Amino acid sequence: MTSSTPTPYRGEHDGTPLPAGAPNPPSGPDRHTGESLGREAWRRLKQNRAAMLSLILMVILALVCFIGPYLLPWGLDEVDWNSFQTAPSMTDGHYAGTDANGRDLLVRTLFGGQVSLSVALMATFVSLLIGVIYGAVAGYVGGRTDNLMMRFVDIMYSLPFMFLVILLMVVFGRNIFLIYAAIGAVEWLDMARIVRGQTLALKRREFIEAAHALGVSGPTIVRRHLIPNTLGPVIIYVTLTVPKVILLESFLSFLGLGVQEPLTSWGVLISEGKDMMESAPWMLIVPSVFLAVTLFCLNFLGDGLRDALDPKTR
Amino acid sequence: MSALLDISHLTVSFDLPTGAVEAVKDVSFQVPAGETVALVGESGSGKSVTSTAIMRLLPDLARIEGEIRFDGQVLNRLSPKAIRRLRGNDIGMIFQEPMTSLNPMHRIGRQIGEVLRRHKGMNGDQARTRVLELLTQVGIPEPERRIQSYPHELSGGQRQRVMIAMALACDPKLLIADEPTTALDVTVQAQILQLLKSLQQRYGMAILFITHDLTLVRHFADRVCVMQHGHLVESGLTREVFDAPQHAYTRMLLAAEPKGRKVPVNEDSPLVLDARDIRVRFTTKRRMFGPDDTFEAVRGISLKVKRGQTVGIVGESGSGKSTLGRALLRLLPSEGTIAFDQQALEGLDQKALRPLRSRLQVVFQDPFGSLSPRMTVGEIISEGLRVHHPELSRRERDARVVEALKDVSLDPAMRARYPHEFSGGQRQRIAIARAVVLKPEFLLLDEPTSALDRSVQVTVVELLRDLQQKYDMTYLFISHDLAVVRAMSDTVLVMKNGEVVESGTTEAIFDHPSMPYTQALIEASFLNRAA
Repeated sequence: MTSSTPTPYRGEHDGTPLPAGAPNPPSGPDRHTGESLGREAWRRLKQNRAAMLSLILMVILALVCFIGPYLLPWGLDEVDWNSFQTAPSMTDGHYAGTDANGRDLLVRTLFGGQVSLSVALMATFVSLLIGVIYGAVAGYVGGRTDNLMMRFVDIMYSLPFMFLVILLMVVFGRNIFLIYAAIGAVEWLDMARIVRGQTLALKRREFIEAAHALGVSGPTIVRRHLIPNTLGPVIIYVTLTVPKVILLESFLSFLGLGVQEPLTSWGVLISEGKDMMESAPWMLIVPSVFLAVTLFCLNFLGDGLRDALDPKTR
Repeated sequence: MSALLDISHLTVSFDLPTGAVEAVKDVSFQVPAGETVALVGESGSGKSVTSTAIMRLLPDLARIEGEIRFDGQVLNRLSPKAIRRLRGNDIGMIFQEPMTSLNPMHRIGRQIGEVLRRHKGMNGDQARTRVLELLTQVGIPEPERRIQSYPHELSGGQRQRVMIAMALACDPKLLIADEPTTALDVTVQAQILQLLKSLQQRYGMAILFITHDLTLVRHFADRVCVMQHGHLVESGLTREVFDAPQHAYTRMLLAAEPKGRKVPVNEDSPLVLDARDIRVRFTTKRRMFGPDDTFEAVRGISLKVKRGQTVGIVGESGSGKSTLGRALLRLLPSEGTIAFDQQALEGLDQKALRPLRSRLQVVFQDPFGSLSPRMTVGEIISEGLRVHHPELSRRERDARVVEALKDVSLDPAMRARYPHEFSGGQRQRIAIARAVVLKPEFLLLDEPTSALDRSVQVTVVELLRDLQQKYDMTYLFISHDLAVVRAMSDTVLVMKNGEVVESGTTEAIFDHPSMPYTQALIEASFLNRAA
């Protein structure tokens, strides 16, 4: 039997050496076939110091935003009649100063963070979910279906964003979830186009044809072969979407269509701070620092994730 | 008398973050004026690095040691400006890929003229006259019209001729040809080599000919240098090296031609595949009114394959051979009838075909494109089992994967790795394992050895023959490589422009070809008569 007599494995010596410097991972019983891409990716992400640091920082930031306000003595719309537009100070309890109405800026920034982070997370998630599936299906099925699906995207593009938001407001009334929905409904269009383009290129590759020849069904090909291979550009695009969404939300709020006073967001705080730049610079600096740190972390995390999910960069 | 190009103790190393890698190690050879020297080796042997080092076209992280002396100057000590004066002027270069080495945005007349304007200071009219002359010399028909063409309007062979015209524009003393014919069909390859040879006699230039194909060297080069893993293992006059190779590696390379013939099957072996009048049309342009523009890639081909047989399909690129193969497996829509094991395939939709898919399998040409880069080897091989044998437990599936990997002589412990960690030959074995794990009766092999080095090809051909015996499989073997087809097939179909030119037993086709096209094809591929 083959198991008793050791077969000479020709593999390693069949003429072509592995590319120079190719890693040689251990191939013992500890690495068996079933190891999922997810677990493998997590292992690789942990080795990326910048990405891990960013991830930890993001988690801390989110915790501070969601728990922090309740540990501070000030409320969201509580006016301190003794200090209007005072600079940050350690003695009066306004660690980041107050705004023109005497409200504590740190508390407002943290509450604003709740709104900004959740909008960013939800809207990006919605755009990712719809965009990736829509784009992959359109690209994979092709032909007339692709044509119809992409023309629908074109029509959505041509609708003015404001019109869409106002329409939603009229129908459903003012609601924070509406902002998620409205932003998500616009952002997925770009994602769908990117994924469709990737899919069209991938579809012609032989491994897709091989899957056909194996009798793998269409939905499985999309799920198992197409979507994982579009991840690189998708993740890059997600890291670009998040800041876009945060700014879009502030734009909506600025026009009175987004979050309303006393509730606030980083975008709103920054646009308020911009007007007071000369007399009260901290009103611009404090929320800006929070936003900048978030975006910085997201970029590193995005790069790290892209590398971790690509088996070639081990 | 000193040689035109004298390379002594050349070492090229790359400073990678993971440490220095030496691609070329202490290589010395000479190219005398007016002679052709071939630099031979398999992929990764450092032959291309050597040639790019001569032109100083290596990336910045490369370090060159030793001496490259050309016509009295030491090239690797020249300033970038001085070397630019030499490039394209005294040293011309042709690359492997004629599709990508011409700029698609410029007319070819302008691209060739640029060299002349730059090095010879010609004005527009002078350059045009010279370009026309060059195009005539390299055998481009209607040069007045072609000078206005863009690269995409030319065929692969014509593009390579344009590249040669460009390299010859300034009468170089040395022409470096890096795999100039690898991307071309055999008949075109023979023409291009003939052209180079006649131009060499006319201008008396030296040619450094880099190739992996030893049969070409035998017919084309005066001297040969054999490289392996960055070392020069053997060099000398072509005839002497071929007649009495000294180094084991050279002997291995020379012996690496697929040998033997397939044992024929019994006359009464049952028909497995019976296809009649297969036609495949592609729509090239849709019209709103009236019929669409179509192109017929396969024009009414019938073929019968008996159990255990191997039918070889031979043809140049664009002959429709791959399209025919895909149509037979119903991977492409086609007209005509296909019966597999007496069951009609043509009316079935994808769902009804699924149970048959495990019996009809395929291995593709490109071992880099045919494996999904984000799945482990184990997942790739077991995918078919998940579709066709969902009843298997995870452990049983794994056992079948191990067995398939053993069948293709790969270490089963490798199944947790990803495809990019394997060499081309190993990947092709994985692709074969993916097909064989389902125990198919019929296997379509679409150029399975074309992307591989010769010595690897031989092992893959042997493997395929062994597996055919072991599992009693029937093969449809598509290739442009006549040597491989001869070693594998019972009967051969020669295709051209979607039609069968000639068909018959392997002996009949190779020993007594009756059609002129078949004769030209066999002539051009320099087959070894003895094999």
